[in-house]
Amino acid sequence: MARATNVVFVTAVIATEALSMRFPRVTALDRLTLDIGPGVTGLVGSNGAGKSTLIKILLGLSPATEGRAAVLGLDVATSGAAIRERVGYMPEHDCLPPDVSATEFVVHMARMSGLPPTAARERTADTLRHVGLYEERYRPIGGYSTGMKQRVKLAQALVHDPQLVLLDEPTNGLDPVGRDEMLGLIRRIHTDFGISVLVTSHLLGELERTCDHVVVIDGGTLLRSSSTSDFTQTTATLAVEVTDSDTHPDGTGALRKALTEAGVTLIGHDGIDTEGLPGAGHILLIEATGEETYDLVRDSVAGLGLGLVRMEQRRHQIAEVFRTEQGGAHAAAVPAAGVVPQSVPQSAQQVVQQKGSGRDEH
Amino acid sequence: MSTETGTATGRDASRIHNIGYRSYDGPRLGRAYARRSLFSQTLRGSFGLGRSAKSKVLPMLLFGVMTLVAAILVAVSMSAPDASKLVIEYTSYAIYLQAVIGLFIAAQAPQAVSRDLRFKSVPLYFSRPIERADYVAAKLAATASALFILTGAPLLVLYVGSLLAKFDFADQTKWFGQGLVSVALLSVLFAGLGLVMAALTPRRGFGVAAVIALLTITYGAVSTIQAIAWETGSEGAVQWLGLFSPITLIDGVQTAFLGATSAFPGGEGPGAGAGVVYLIVVLALVAGSYAVLMRRYRRVGL
Repeated sequence: MARATNVVFVTAVIATEALSMRFPRVTALDRLTLDIGPGVTGLVGSNGAGKSTLIKILLGLSPATEGRAAVLGLDVATSGAAIRERVGYMPEHDCLPPDVSATEFVVHMARMSGLPPTAARERTADTLRHVGLYEERYRPIGGYSTGMKQRVKLAQALVHDPQLVLLDEPTNGLDPVGRDEMLGLIRRIHTDFGISVLVTSHLLGELERTCDHVVVIDGGTLLRSSSTSDFTQTTATLAVEVTDSDTHPDGTGALRKALTEAGVTLIGHDGIDTEGLPGAGHILLIEATGEETYDLVRDSVAGLGLGLVRMEQRRHQIAEVFRTEQGGAHAAAVPAAGVVPQSVPQSAQQVVQQKGSGRDEH
Repeated sequence: MSTETGTATGRDASRIHNIGYRSYDGPRLGRAYARRSLFSQTLRGSFGLGRSAKSKVLPMLLFGVMTLVAAILVAVSMSAPDASKLVIEYTSYAIYLQAVIGLFIAAQAPQAVSRDLRFKSVPLYFSRPIERADYVAAKLAATASALFILTGAPLLVLYVGSLLAKFDFADQTKWFGQGLVSVALLSVLFAGLGLVMAALTPRRGFGVAAVIALLTITYGAVSTIQAIAWETGSEGAVQWLGLFSPITLIDGVQTAFLGATSAFPGGEGPGAGAGVVYLIVVLALVAGSYAVLMRRYRRVGL
């Protein structure tokens, strides 16, 4: 199951062994075995996949039904307090009182982590600056934007200089710019601050850009664990759109023919993107196997004398991981009609919804 | 550890940004320190210290009323010719000013516990070294201490005043001590009940109303029924009815053990036998409050 073991054993930041968590009616975690090393690790799963439960167990707040888990080499069952002293946690939901300033609040949280008063104040000033809060940190939190609140939440998780931070859906509710900034910040937590990160999300695409390693869980079991480069190499999808010209009234068709002859694998319904987005029907989806695919597309388009409107990497979603786990090339999932790229995510979502409806959070 | 090296010498404010990350190698004082920090933060918060100016108004006003009335009583006692003691007993003070104490706990218990619940800050505490018991104990102790300061300070004013008036030192000291024990018990009891009501009603307005209701309605009902019982000649019932409201419970305990004069109709509080029952009920209520709070926070977790 855990394919990551070869990299990790140096110093496992988080290690679980056959970890199970059963509630009277649901099984939140089912014999989950994980090894997570230093760096930025993404934990992907739909709502109710067991992410929150896993975090609770890792913080030593609820005992697992069976199995073992260790964080920073400390057993969660016996060293909960010691773990929580060295780990930071940023909850998914809103958790800030509106009537105090960010500085006051983070100082208080630093002291709750055991920092002496002066150190708490110094670390608060440093940390708030690092997450990008300046003058506004003296104003009551109630007047902050969502992005600023997320930064305060992040600051309180980092203020005691932990060795590991657990970030639960840190990009929730942020606009695209705020999202990118937050992801950049998360990256810096590791590269600049030297703190390992476990970040959860239900969007694989956004973690892919930030994380060294991605773990996918669903229904409390490990679906996949691998380094991010593996992901992109095996599942990169390239979307190509070209113009039509006088010699080739159907530019898309001509390119498809040229690429097929050159041995490029087409994805979707005969290579046409049918997801109903603007430009659908004119976008070719092809599988990128490496640099040479990009060159090939460029040369083919130039050779045909067409205009290249776009060539971009498609974001991956959990659905694609399901698909590769099912062991097939993308074409293998083709049933009858021309709605293939759509049908798989849909069924995956249904699975997700059914699971999600059973239990969340508490 | 930091990749960006410092340009701390730059005076330009925007350059501060470039100071690299500094890790923390200092002491981590752990769980007991965190508990103490939470205690002092809550205690200070009860008087509005470290909070906005607006939130200082009510607690400070109530504290002022409590001590001012005591000062006035001292002045009255001193001005009376041939006075040999204060015009009020130490143990009666809290009973007379129970409305002020009630307002204080009603306003401050929600700020101690409801804020964390309403704004969901509780998970931030529990993801740190402290345990649930530490959180509950710190909140309970801080609220009880705030009440003890509120109720003990006027007694101190009375005591100092009585010494200045050269009343009998031994008597005054003994009565002052009894008064302190009484208000300490009252503080713990009121803190427990107030926090339970507040923790069960996270919305602030409701919390305030619930605490006031608990204190005034029970007291109103108990004293009314006691009066009726007294009028109809069933004196035996009077002393047992006192078990059903917080302030009459304290009245009963201090009448039985701390030499207080009961405020019950007819001035007849429980004797030593019934007093034991009163004391047991008080202690049971405090323990029960702690248990309810522990239960309340079990579900909050993360």
